[in-house]
Amino acid sequence: MILRFLEVAGRTAREGVEALGFATRAFFNLLRFSPGAFRRPSLISEQVHFIGNYSLVITIVSGLFVGLVLGLQFYVNLIQFGAEEKLGSLTALSLIRELGPVVTALLFAGRAGTSLTAEIGLMKAGEQLSAMEMMAVNPVQRVLAPRFWGGVIAMPVLAAVFSAVGIVGSYLVAVKLLSLDEGAFWSQMQAGVDVNRDVMSSIIKSFVFGIAVTFTALFQGYNAKPTPADVARATTRTVVIASLLVLGLDFVMTALMFTQ
Amino acid sequence: MSNLVEIRDLEFGYGDRKILSNLRMDFPRGKLIAVMGGSGCGKTTVLRLIGGQIRPQRGQVRVGGEVVHELRTDGLYRLRRRMGMLFQFGALFTDLSIFDNVAFPLREHTDLSEELIRDLVLMKLNAVGLRNAHKLKPGEISGGMARRVAVARAIALDPELIMYDEPFAGLDPISMGVTANLIRNLNDALGSTSILVSHDVKETFAIADYVYFMSAGKIVAEGTPEELRVSTDPYVKQFVNAEPDGPVPFHYPGKSLGDDLGLGAKR
Amino acid sequence: MHRKIIDVWVGLFVLLGAAAVLFLALQAGNMSSLSFTDTYVVTGRFDNIGGLKPQAPVKSAGVVVGRVGDITFDDKTFQANVSLDLDENYQFPKDSSLKILTAGLLGEQYIGIEPGGDTKNLVDGDRINRTQSATVLEDLINQFIYSKAAEGKDGSE
Repeated sequence: MILRFLEVAGRTAREGVEALGFATRAFFNLLRFSPGAFRRPSLISEQVHFIGNYSLVITIVSGLFVGLVLGLQFYVNLIQFGAEEKLGSLTALSLIRELGPVVTALLFAGRAGTSLTAEIGLMKAGEQLSAMEMMAVNPVQRVLAPRFWGGVIAMPVLAAVFSAVGIVGSYLVAVKLLSLDEGAFWSQMQAGVDVNRDVMSSIIKSFVFGIAVTFTALFQGYNAKPTPADVARATTRTVVIASLLVLGLDFVMTALMFTQ
Repeated sequence: MSNLVEIRDLEFGYGDRKILSNLRMDFPRGKLIAVMGGSGCGKTTVLRLIGGQIRPQRGQVRVGGEVVHELRTDGLYRLRRRMGMLFQFGALFTDLSIFDNVAFPLREHTDLSEELIRDLVLMKLNAVGLRNAHKLKPGEISGGMARRVAVARAIALDPELIMYDEPFAGLDPISMGVTANLIRNLNDALGSTSILVSHDVKETFAIADYVYFMSAGKIVAEGTPEELRVSTDPYVKQFVNAEPDGPVPFHYPGKSLGDDLGLGAKR
Repeated sequence: MHRKIIDVWVGLFVLLGAAAVLFLALQAGNMSSLSFTDTYVVTGRFDNIGGLKPQAPVKSAGVVVGRVGDITFDDKTFQANVSLDLDENYQFPKDSSLKILTAGLLGEQYIGIEPGGDTKNLVDGDRINRTQSATVLEDLINQFIYSKAAEGKDGSE
């Protein structure tokens, strides 16, 4: 019995390591062909449009609602200590440091990630990528790399928009709804948020998340079996793996950036 | 007549599973050669080996004198620019218009101006009869038309070698006739060599100069269509006459019906 | 042309992102740690720096006039060596003194610089000799307990 268990555990571990190695090689292959993709910037900007612009609406709406809710929740708790003037500072820090990059990344995985996985998976199933290879055009350079860089460029933009809209949302709740002092709101916030430490690390986080989510989406799509059923399963895998990666990386980066 | 493509002693398989063994084929310049056989006999694999998408375990594939699997990436890409391939069901790029699909190889591999590309693309589309559909997207046209657009794309660079993977699959009789004529006329007009993989006997025999018959990864018969029509080889006969049972069995191998129903003497 | 329109949208997208970042940086955050003014370096030695950290503010009369640079330990004098990056615009007399203060009751520690009366001003590389170390909370509590215990003893005698 124990031997069976060890055998299965060993095999799973080895398969896991093999999969990790395969993914790492694919990642470096993608980077290798990226300079070629940059020589055709119109391809990349096209992808920024499809990935970024089309995710704007969900990002803005979500950011607004998260900001509104944060404002309400913090107010209810701060008012007990008479510290409600800290509302702006707390909501801004929550958004900029954590919620902006992380929630945007999760939404991104759900909207743009699944769309990329399905697109690539269907292109592979329809032999479009094979056809491209036979026409002596490298599909990694022509199709995958532009989408990768499009996602990496779009993510930080979306995260910044999310945080900014969230702050506006908390402003609406604090000043317009709960009649807090507008001057105190902004000045406390400005005292609490440091550009170097908070805004910069937010940008770095969203950049890293962009790499993780976009690569996962492209990888799952490219390696799905060429059947509609497996392409659908691949989109689910993208969301699960990308979300876990984002949360895991968030922990690591927060530990690195915000502790001494 | 020199050969554009030569296959010698070819062996290919995955692990222990042999897909092709001991293959020897010649594809002379300017001719239309067909590779036929039932599903799973390895004909599409032959095309993939010629195009360098997979490498053989033993043997050689020579195209224009060069051994395909010995080429490095740039050599392989240079070779592929001299080939055009039609994939089963077309494999058009669904996010591009028909015009952009046919223009794709021209834009990627030549420095021609957009005006010149426009004229070339429209001429290629004209050759397949779809010039007026150039603004449409692949999702907006029928399967037969998509197949023809794919042909236009395959010949965009006037290749020396054109390969067709099951060009007649799933087409109605009219489209089949149109496609068959197209393949033959293009071959003659461009002076290229064409390799046609199909299991459609009627259309293929009408246009091919020479036919290779494959079964289970080996060549079982070869000859001109006329020779094969009167062949006495049981496999060729079954295929050409569409007989349900013969060397390719009807029943999936296993127990006999009597054994399954429990009939016969008790053991 | 199809491509031109996409470029416009992408440009707008990136501009929106830049605007969001600017908003975050200017309206929501403070740029205090990103000062581009020239500074001059002045050092001071302390017996105990408490919880002072690099990049902590140096304030005079409550206004930020500089930032703490490096903090090192001198194992000849067994004191902490703190270097201060002071804003060029603000000059202080050579006999100014440094104190480590706490913002609020339990807040972050910062350095307060109190001007002296000297006619000559500090220049780059100078050392300030009059320093007061941080009040360590534990010491205060100990003091309080002992003084209370001493009072009790006196009272009962």
